Amino acid sequence: MTEPVRDPGLQPERTRLAWRRTTLACAVAASLAGRQTLHAGLGPLPVLALSLVVLSGLAFLAVSHRRIRHLHTPRPPLLTPRAAVAAVGCVLGAAACGAAMLR
Amino acid sequence: MTGGRLAGAVASVRLWFAPERLREEGDTPDYRFSLANERTFLAWLRTAMALVGGGFAVDQFLPDTGRPLRLALALTLLAGGAVCALRAINHWIRCERAMRRGEDLPVSRFPVLLGLAVGVVALLMVIVVAVGWGG
Repeated sequence: MTEPVRDPGLQPERTRLAWRRTTLACAVAASLAGRQTLHAGLGPLPVLALSLVVLSGLAFLAVSHRRIRHLHTPRPPLLTPRAAVAAVGCVLGAAACGAAMLR
Repeated sequence: MTGGRLAGAVASVRLWFAPERLREEGDTPDYRFSLANERTFLAWLRTAMALVGGGFAVDQFLPDTGRPLRLALALTLLAGGAVCALRAINHWIRCERAMRRGEDLPVSRFPVLLGLAVGVVALLMVIVVAVGWGG
């Protein structure tokens, strides 16, 4: 059987933590969006935009979770461009919702 | 020159959606290099997310500022975040391709431009808060 390869630089682990940090950044943006919605007085448009921000945060969490599962192998496969596009799409969605929330 | 850049950009965007084409080129680099490239991509995404968060924050934490200035600052930050995210994936794929082909990594003046833009926005905010300008 294949011997697990020791990575002296802990590359997979560092990459895993980078995904976690980035998910956390999404959570921070989502909480700011939540505060903004309260600030704006809970109108239909801010609430819709907030839901979309939260949804894009959850989508990012799903992408990063999938990626982190793949990183558990001794020789992790390349990040697929599709996952990268999905992650970027979440950020773009949050930015668009932010623009829609401005008063 | 501009046509060549446009064609290059279109080719890059097509590559985003066709992972198998990326694998066709050159040799697979050491997986550690690919992971380092992935972490750089994520660091840029965090930067993008921080800019988007800043856009949310400007609207809330500068309530005494005039609406046009506040909107301009918030939209600048939000647009900056979007550009930063798009550039992140473009740079990631270009680095990955360069590593497969054994070429030099692509250079970019984007970090300088982003740094200058963030500096200008920060300076403007300091003035807004300190002088109560635009209120």
